[in-house]
Amino acid sequence: MGIRFVLLVNKQGQTRLAQYYAEHLTLDERRALEGEIVRKCLARTEQQCSFVEHRNYKIVYRRYASLFFLVGVDNDEQMEYTYCGSFTHGRSKQFSSVIAYVAMGAVVDVIAYVNELAILEFIHLFVETMDRHFGNVCELDIMFHLEKAHFMLEEMVMNGCIVETSKSNILAPIQLMEKAS
Amino acid sequence: MNPFSSGTRLRDMIRAIRACKTAAEERAVVRKECAAIRSAISESDQGYRHRNIAKLMFIHMLGYPTHFGQMECLKLIASAGFPEKRIGYLGLMLLLDERQEVLMLVTNSLKQDLNHSNQYIVGLALCALGNICSTEMARDLAPEVERLLLSRDPNIKKKAALCSIRIIRKVPDLAENFLSLAATLLKEKHHGVLISGVQLCTDLCKVSEDASNYLRKNCTEGLVRILKDVSSSPYSPEFDIAGITDPFLHIRVLRLMRMCGQGDSDTSEYINDILAQVASKTELNKNAGNAILYECVETIMGIEATSGLRVLAINILGRFLSNRDNNIRYVALNMLIKAVAVDSQAVQRHRTTILECVKDSDASIRKRALELVYLLVNDINVKPLTKELIDYLEVVDHDFKGDLTAKICSIVEKFSQEKKWYIDQMFKVLSLAGNYVKDNVWHALIVVISNAPDLQGYSVRSLYKAFYTSPEQVSLVRVTVWCIGEYGEMLVNNIGVLEVEEPMTVTESDAVDVLEARLISHSSDTATRSMSLIALLKLSSRFPPTSGRVKEIITVHKGSFVLELQQRAIEFNSIIQRHQNIKSSLVERMPVLDESTVIVKRAGPSQASISTEKSNQQPPSGTSLKLPNGVAKPAAAPLVDLLDLSSDDTPVSAPTSNDFLHDLLGIDLTNSSSGIAPASGTDILMDLLSIGTPPVQSNTSPEISSDKGLSLITKPASNSVHVVDLLDGLTSNGYLPEVHIPVYSSITAFQSSTLKITFSFTKQPDKPQVTQILATFINLSFDAYTDFVFQAAVPKFVKLHLDPASSNHLPSNGNGAVTQTVTVTNGQHGQKSLAMRIRIAYKVNNQEKLELGQINNFPPGL
Repeated sequence: MGIRFVLLVNKQGQTRLAQYYAEHLTLDERRALEGEIVRKCLARTEQQCSFVEHRNYKIVYRRYASLFFLVGVDNDEQMEYTYCGSFTHGRSKQFSSVIAYVAMGAVVDVIAYVNELAILEFIHLFVETMDRHFGNVCELDIMFHLEKAHFMLEEMVMNGCIVETSKSNILAPIQLMEKAS
Repeated sequence: MNPFSSGTRLRDMIRAIRACKTAAEERAVVRKECAAIRSAISESDQGYRHRNIAKLMFIHMLGYPTHFGQMECLKLIASAGFPEKRIGYLGLMLLLDERQEVLMLVTNSLKQDLNHSNQYIVGLALCALGNICSTEMARDLAPEVERLLLSRDPNIKKKAALCSIRIIRKVPDLAENFLSLAATLLKEKHHGVLISGVQLCTDLCKVSEDASNYLRKNCTEGLVRILKDVSSSPYSPEFDIAGITDPFLHIRVLRLMRMCGQGDSDTSEYINDILAQVASKTELNKNAGNAILYECVETIMGIEATSGLRVLAINILGRFLSNRDNNIRYVALNMLIKAVAVDSQAVQRHRTTILECVKDSDASIRKRALELVYLLVNDINVKPLTKELIDYLEVVDHDFKGDLTAKICSIVEKFSQEKKWYIDQMFKVLSLAGNYVKDNVWHALIVVISNAPDLQGYSVRSLYKAFYTSPEQVSLVRVTVWCIGEYGEMLVNNIGVLEVEEPMTVTESDAVDVLEARLISHSSDTATRSMSLIALLKLSSRFPPTSGRVKEIITVHKGSFVLELQQRAIEFNSIIQRHQNIKSSLVERMPVLDESTVIVKRAGPSQASISTEKSNQQPPSGTSLKLPNGVAKPAAAPLVDLLDLSSDDTPVSAPTSNDFLHDLLGIDLTNSSSGIAPASGTDILMDLLSIGTPPVQSNTSPEISSDKGLSLITKPASNSVHVVDLLDGLTSNGYLPEVHIPVYSSITAFQSSTLKITFSFTKQPDKPQVTQILATFINLSFDAYTDFVFQAAVPKFVKLHLDPASSNHLPSNGNGAVTQTVTVTNGQHGQKSLAMRIRIAYKVNNQEKLELGQINNFPPGL
């Protein structure tokens, strides 16, 4: 489904969970991106639609009490791109010999277009799953059980695609682990 | 014992971080924790490894560097216990990505875990592999994943399927190994397996044509069955969302159907019924139902559906559009943008509703709607639509004004059928949003006015009126000032009054008042003030009675603190005092600029050569280069020879990158490259005016860029002689018989504050699908760039080849450019237009920078 990242942010704009898929951002880029997105989304009112376009992403977000769930997906439709780069090593001018090679490949995963409404539904499913596990989930549950929230997400999404949509299937391994420890 | 190694519990650390009131406090806490974790790592404290990684994950989430924990993750993965492995893998996926070399070390552990007897451990390994595997790992571990696809456990199967997606994306050659396995997945009952199986098939279709043919043949039936089962299955609590069983599976199947049905009428026919069933049966009042309908409509649009089905789809969109939920409306607009290509007539029916959406309070909806309106404009509806948009421009909020203005200008320029309408609309836009109008738009307007002798009087009078109502709009002011300077006598003497005009009386001193007010106003910027000064000089010759006053104004500015104004004032002063005899010819009206050349310019900065060729393509405008200002066109004069020579010297068809740059930036790089330099400096007038940019440059490219505006406008009549000559030379030059190559205007492909990229295009006439793009990179910042690498990506139907760049060093301030030739082959030439994503990496002061962009403004027909 082409999910590029899942973010959980509270009303103050603090990140509470962040998971990126096939997205190579440095720490600084990540912080900047998160800041920009959060500023943009938090400024919107309830009546406005749940989609915001930002840079190459379309952000689908939904608010639950004090928590914002933001899912970033690709913004361009039905495009699949193959990056093709060319690296040139220019020597000094006198030599003017240029060694060049073209690197093909380095595929950037971009899945064809995204169903925004389905992503909204996915966010809700994620919240319901956490609700079932934590019982009326709140920000602190996620903070103090960050790894469990990640485990659930990991069961639901792999490499940006949705794998599992049944709550009991998602929670089964986590419950097993809790029983064991 | 080391005081740090005892460490705090994870819980305590999170509490401590939560308690921090400022970012500085938080940094301090994190720093302390990181120090403790580092020392624990160096002591290889096994008991706390698990906890340390959990802490690091939290710290990573907050955005602090955590690279020192990467090795610990690997150690945890290699340990035997499940909880350790669990955290280890999670850390691996969060703290590392495929670029890190450390990742190589994990391949072996992954291989072991993929063969583990415990299904959960296998699941973990698959999940990690699916999220972060690199090309090498994909090759190494593909056989394991293939084997696991045959596993009996559905949980492993579904993860293996998704893992395969990553593998085939990394190594497309492996796709055929997975083909038959993927097809068998569609026969499963488990939803997780089905959804990931369908996803795998979709991805296979994307990587290879063979795969999609195979799947089309073997799986269409299965897909229809899955969709039938899931849409008519009885209530199942596990997958139920708002009364619909597993909408996610619906959507995935519909999408794969789209891939299969695309361009294949047999398959399309086969899935016709089930699509009709889904489209008509699905509930409309819940989000999940709408999501399915949305996908279904998309599929109907994508395949070779029957007309009845298409009507059904368009009707669903109509209902979406009138929905009160903003989300649904957004989606509908999005969909309609795509539907325009399929059936624009049907979309036109919703025009009024769409126009309403442009005025919505929600920025996302407005943006989409505006884009859609832009696509809907045609020759018939352009007038009412423009009127609507301009009316809206009055009330729109500031954030949106820029977008809206740009779109209106573009519509008006593209669809104007008569000059008067164009001029009227532009005046309206200028007076409502003149501060948002781009420079090239008002430059183009001036060109149009100068080309319409019968509308000049009307224009200057309308501008004069508009100017009084909205003097704060910069570009309106500039156009007004320019027009008063040029056509002042038409304003005062009411020349060329149209029937629609109301009579008005403006005295000569009124006109001077306006200009003086602009000149001394503090709200005007230097460019506007300089333009006013020039206009005043011109008026002093047009209205002799005011010349005394103008002289005074000019004298005052001889002491201006603004260097430009001061210099200009001194020059003008000496013209008035010492060169009265030539003054009137100096301040003649500007020569008419060739419209067709400027149209090319407007599409983007371009080369002189392209403009010449363009004017050849349109012989009428090229030949009708008349001289209304009555400047005699002396065919003699050594100048002409010089110019002729130069145009021979620089072959028009083979522009050097230097020429290109010249035109792009108007930067005085190397005069010699254009070879026309001698033209300047021969005339005392030139010395006298000492115009900053060499006049010849602007001759070759009759454009008015903001920085050059001044020099162009001041250009005296004697100078205009060789403007004309040069243009003439260029046009006559172009009547060479072999010039029948389609010409595409250049575009500015990318522009940021630091970097500008322009593309110019050439095509071989016999190969319409192949386009040569000459990309030129210009560094706009103050620091030179090193290790400059340009990468491009294109949609699948396009083939891309990049030649080496001319250099990987990009000097600062635009003092030189790097060029690179890009060859693209559009496999669906004529059907789909080009699009490109670009990625530019370079180093500034040894810091790596990355810029990303997307180019959608390719000229049509590439």
